[in-house]
Amino acid sequence: MSQVLPAEGGLRRVIGDGQGLPDGEVDLTLEEHLDLYRDLVLLRTYDERSLVYHRQGRIGTYAIFWNHEAMQAGSVFALEPRDWIFPSYRESAIGLLRGMPASTVLSWWRGHPAGWWNPEDYNVASICVPIGTHVPHAVGFAWGSRLKGEDRVAIAYFGDGATSEGSFHEGATFAGVMKAPVILFCNNNQWAISTPVAAQTAAPTLADKAIGYGMPGVRVDGADVLAVYEATREAVERARAGEGPTFIEAVTYRAAPHATADDPSIYIDEERVEEEKENEGVGRYERYLLRIGVLTDSYALEVKNKVLEIMRTAIAEAEAEPPADPGLLFEHAFVHPLPSFENDLTELRRILGET
Amino acid sequence: MAELFLVEAVNDALHVEMERDPAVMVIGEDVGRLGGVFRATAGLQDRFGADRCVDTPLAEAGILGAAVGLCMAGWRPVCEMQYDAFSYPSLDQLINHVGRYRWRTRGKMSFPLVVRMPYGGGVRAPELHDDSPETYYVHTPGVKVAIPSTPADAKGLLTAAIRDPDPVVVLEPKLIYRTARGDVPEGEHVVPLGEARVAREGSDATLVAYGAMVPVAERAADALAAEASCEVLDLRTLKPLDESALLASAAKTGRVVIVQEAPRTCGYGAEVAAVLAEKAIYDLRGPVVRVTGYDVPYPYWQIEDAYMPSVERVADAVRRLLAA
Repeated sequence: MSQVLPAEGGLRRVIGDGQGLPDGEVDLTLEEHLDLYRDLVLLRTYDERSLVYHRQGRIGTYAIFWNHEAMQAGSVFALEPRDWIFPSYRESAIGLLRGMPASTVLSWWRGHPAGWWNPEDYNVASICVPIGTHVPHAVGFAWGSRLKGEDRVAIAYFGDGATSEGSFHEGATFAGVMKAPVILFCNNNQWAISTPVAAQTAAPTLADKAIGYGMPGVRVDGADVLAVYEATREAVERARAGEGPTFIEAVTYRAAPHATADDPSIYIDEERVEEEKENEGVGRYERYLLRIGVLTDSYALEVKNKVLEIMRTAIAEAEAEPPADPGLLFEHAFVHPLPSFENDLTELRRILGET
Repeated sequence: MAELFLVEAVNDALHVEMERDPAVMVIGEDVGRLGGVFRATAGLQDRFGADRCVDTPLAEAGILGAAVGLCMAGWRPVCEMQYDAFSYPSLDQLINHVGRYRWRTRGKMSFPLVVRMPYGGGVRAPELHDDSPETYYVHTPGVKVAIPSTPADAKGLLTAAIRDPDPVVVLEPKLIYRTARGDVPEGEHVVPLGEARVAREGSDATLVAYGAMVPVAERAADALAAEASCEVLDLRTLKPLDESALLASAAKTGRVVIVQEAPRTCGYGAEVAAVLAEKAIYDLRGPVVRVTGYDVPYPYWQIEDAYMPSVERVADAVRRLLAA
């Protein structure tokens, strides 16, 4: 059995700063680099357009994930399509990396049934709104898959605040004991709405918690997509080799509001936000690719225009969805509906003047 | 037929269903090596292995949360909560996920899990080993709830729960785990969810009960035999409620006394009373009366008999109703 060591202190980085800090090596082909770049731009564009759509009243309250793209795209890039993703609301659009239409995710934020996808279509579980309660789901899925002899890894995404939740603790405990092939991916943006991570835990780092569950704790720069990719790939390899779970703490600084309804000016360090914006993950990777000669300005522009077009089409499709039928109230809660539902629906239709 | 105690019938159901369906697994605290603190899962780990009868960490939200993921991986987990009140940490998973996940996938994924637990008082136990939490479960959308009162029903309802494609919570009356004894069909035995049972025919009043209160209602009917003919209706499934059986009995006797061990306010008896008020009021010859636990924390056991609905309290309620 491999020995579990205390979590790493520093943050892993691959991408240099183009000045004193050199770029590291990473085992990706030119095509893979460009795929990863497209993933990042897709997520970034989805997020930025969503904020606009919210302001235009075209989607409801929206949880912004600006500068979380490197964590999402880098980790998913290390998975196989058969591996399952368990997102929180911060990863609402992560299904885009699995071919989910952007209109589906926009529909979710529009409160429309078209946004409630079948997890088995993309191997992406439903968006978990309560904090950290999906951690045991990912663990149960990974454990259950291993019991069935299936080679499938699960990854659960959650924030720094979630590590204070009981369900995180119970899920991580199960993961360790069951040696579940699961990755617990913590996007530590250092804020849970207005609560800083220092008020969340007295642990020096969140990754330090991992040792208590008998799993390795890894720390990476969350805006360095290649560091995230490499850390996740190692965790996937451990999981597939039967060595159990890994906790990854990816550290950034939340450079946008928690959600569209939040006003961080009351609590956040604006200077630190500006510093983060200078070093945000998409631009950092773009500059890296330009430096190593993989990307050209014209190709970057082409990618951006293409995903902007995807978003224009997606919002149009979401808005073109027919209004949801109130009869859906009684669908899907049970395989065999309760006997009362038929009466309830008949009465509702009569009141709505639909009979 | 075999003559079994109620808890043995639970064990029998688990053996038969795990034999029948290799996707059924049992998870919980002390369910494997020990066979459960009440021995409900005895022999399962030896018979089906440690991967299908799993001793888990002491973490109820972890058990139920993992069960959601196990369903997604193709399993049909049967989760044991060691005691009624120990299940409360899992309510987070039950309310936020178990009852909602199928709906969330618009019916594309099913969550055929079972939560079973011993419930109820009268067993001279320390605090929080005596609760009747059925209302929390019944009130959760997307979840069904069954409570047997006989060994045969304990087997049949649990079997139905395991085979049901939706989440089902089965509460087992621990007070009568090893006092209720009766004939239990061997092999596969299903009691469909949503069908009440007339435990005793009568014409003057209906005693509506479930779980450990069914024997109390039956003894009250015995005690009243010289004064009144009491029907005893064992609901068996709380959700979905067998309304037609309830309304038929109410129409027949015109008087209904509901017996419920849980605290009174918003207890399951309130739902039964509301259904009677909505749909049976013209058949009734008197008010619907509840005999329940009180709106207090379940007490230390030296006075628990005063908390529990007793034969005397039920008989008194019937007498008051007949005199009304």
